[in-house]
Amino acid sequence: MCGIAGIARMEGGPPPGEREIRAMLPALHHRGPDGTGVYRDEHVALGHTRLSIIDLEGGSQPIHNEDRSVWVSFNGEIFNYIELRDELVALGHRFQTQTDTEVLVHGYEEWGDDLAGHLNGQFAIALWDLRARRLTLLRDRAGILPLCYRIGEGRLAFASEVKSLLTTLPAAPRLDPIALDQIFTGWSPVSPRTIFAGIQELPPGHRLVLDPSGVRVSSYWRWEYPAVGDYDRRSEGELSDELYALLADATRIRLRADVPVGAYLSGGLDSSALVALIRRHSSAPLRTFSIGFDSAEHDESEFQQQLVEHLGVEHTRTLCETAAIGDAFFETIRHAEMPILRTAPVPMRLLSQEVHRQDYRVVLTGEGADEVLGGYDIFKEAKIRQFWSRDPDSALRPLLLKRLYPWLNVGARQGLEYLRHFYGVGLDEPSAPLFSHLTRFQTTAQCKQFYSTPFAASIADRAEDAIEALVPAAAATWDPFNRAQQIEARTLMSGYLLSAQGDRMLMAHSVEGRFPYLDHRVIEFAARLDPRLKMRALGEKHLLKRAMRAHLPSAIVDRHKQPYRAPDAPAFFAGRDLPWMIELLSDRKLREFGYFDAGRVGLLVAKARSGRPLAFRDNMAFVGVLSTQVWHHQFIEGFSRWRRPD
Amino acid sequence: MDPRQQIRRYIAETFLFTTDESAVVDSESLMKKGIIDSTGALEVILFLEETFGIQVEEQEMLPDNLDSIDRLVAFLERKRSKAT
Repeated sequence: MCGIAGIARMEGGPPPGEREIRAMLPALHHRGPDGTGVYRDEHVALGHTRLSIIDLEGGSQPIHNEDRSVWVSFNGEIFNYIELRDELVALGHRFQTQTDTEVLVHGYEEWGDDLAGHLNGQFAIALWDLRARRLTLLRDRAGILPLCYRIGEGRLAFASEVKSLLTTLPAAPRLDPIALDQIFTGWSPVSPRTIFAGIQELPPGHRLVLDPSGVRVSSYWRWEYPAVGDYDRRSEGELSDELYALLADATRIRLRADVPVGAYLSGGLDSSALVALIRRHSSAPLRTFSIGFDSAEHDESEFQQQLVEHLGVEHTRTLCETAAIGDAFFETIRHAEMPILRTAPVPMRLLSQEVHRQDYRVVLTGEGADEVLGGYDIFKEAKIRQFWSRDPDSALRPLLLKRLYPWLNVGARQGLEYLRHFYGVGLDEPSAPLFSHLTRFQTTAQCKQFYSTPFAASIADRAEDAIEALVPAAAATWDPFNRAQQIEARTLMSGYLLSAQGDRMLMAHSVEGRFPYLDHRVIEFAARLDPRLKMRALGEKHLLKRAMRAHLPSAIVDRHKQPYRAPDAPAFFAGRDLPWMIELLSDRKLREFGYFDAGRVGLLVAKARSGRPLAFRDNMAFVGVLSTQVWHHQFIEGFSRWRRPD
Repeated sequence: MDPRQQIRRYIAETFLFTTDESAVVDSESLMKKGIIDSTGALEVILFLEETFGIQVEEQEMLPDNLDSIDRLVAFLERKRSKAT
């Protein structure tokens, strides 16, 4: 994987300078420590930092076509590049390297704007067509790889990470209040917004074209579902066989690399299934990696060990102590580039650090399976609330929530009222587009009580409206389960799991993640499934379990899904004081940055410091406030660190 | 697959974690056998509603209707014949 950056001149803007493009690259060094490259003419400058994975000798970028009229700077992997290369050679194209990158320039010549449709991969691509004076930016369908941009001073500047773009800014950036409010609602800014005012991301499955007529952003692929009933009607057995074959192929092409490939093993079904598929289809020795916690509540080592013995892999377990999470938090926010509500990204970064230390650059992970094949508790919760909404006065139906949340004390009358208050939100309108996610939004929004009064007044738009705008009109014809999947994929998955907790934590230590469940063939196949094959009553990932049952221990297949979590507030008070935290949560700093009410935050910090167990919402608020303060300190207060050298 | 087989398979897979349908005897009490508890019964109702398109009323949520595969099948037949 790599980092890309670029500057394109717009109508009336100045030409990009060599120093400017070179200044964008050091901030991306961690994404590509193996070399840098630059292309520049009077209209465009493309920069690249390289992590060598395929064609170690010949893969320097930017790369051009036969007559140097098309140039590309590319971050990612095109997994079907061997097949595309054969196709393009047969069409008369001449290749100079063995890289997947080169298929992009020849593919662009051949297919133009339809290029993305031919690609199976994860990518952020910048293509410069010299003759047409046309810059095309492309981002992969699921949003695995990041690509952000900014238009200003007569130019379009883009980069893999915001920290690279900061070098092009004339003045310190500002926090976008609407984006923070979106994080404090659904965990991530709603694409294309980012937490940096004026800096946007290119949404997943989109292309941006800049040519002499201006800038246009359009989608080339959509995460969508058929109307209710319009499903793949083959038998469950046939569908299970096809899912297995698709996953096997998605995994097989993701093993293509000129360096060794490892895998993350969580102990859950998704990563276990991947490791089993790798073992069946590759004879190479396999290294696997996992995180363990010193807190029993979060640790899954027992299941990981079962898998290791069953599959005969060489396994490395990284023990993440609670205090280590607090210690690594500050640096983690620098990589995540956004406020977060849970500490869960931190151990993922410590894990990639260990993978790097073991000389591995590529890992396969099970990310995406829950969104694509129907695994999350939020989908179950939505089903129970739908079930309840068919008889809203029922005293029995809401008790099914106990199945999901065993800690709910709902025997007493009081308990039932709590359920109605908490999970009964929106029960009168079960067909509303955001029905499935209303309880999450309501819980998360409790963090907003810590806003300062002036900051709260500066939030111009409701976060829910922006999320609802991501839901296409056709979703009214979809099964509610599919609507929930689409919202999850477009908000939490691409905006948080694949970015703050995914790409940024992997690339912080130059490790590339690969995600077979997010192969678009798997996504499209799963979209056509009857939702009951994804979740049968409350049984998650039904078809995946059926497809994998013969290849895994039943204890793994039938295990109740455990969400990945890490210790939150306790990580910051584990027997020592973190000076940066004390400073950033001081009254002075809270008032100076202006987002939060110093009095309320003081009480929250005292509660966290007391060592008493904190409620879920208090943990979220604590991590949310602290990460926002750290973010401001790093990127706004510390802006001069990122500034261009002149 | 007939409804009896669908229900039997669902209960075997969901509550006994097995694909062996013979693990559950159609006439046996699911509660007495410890196969399902009271919220498990609600899960079975959710399954009946989504699989067979019926709606179970509060007053029908009784062991007489739900506590064995035989009773579930008979209940489903009564619901469907009422609906048609």
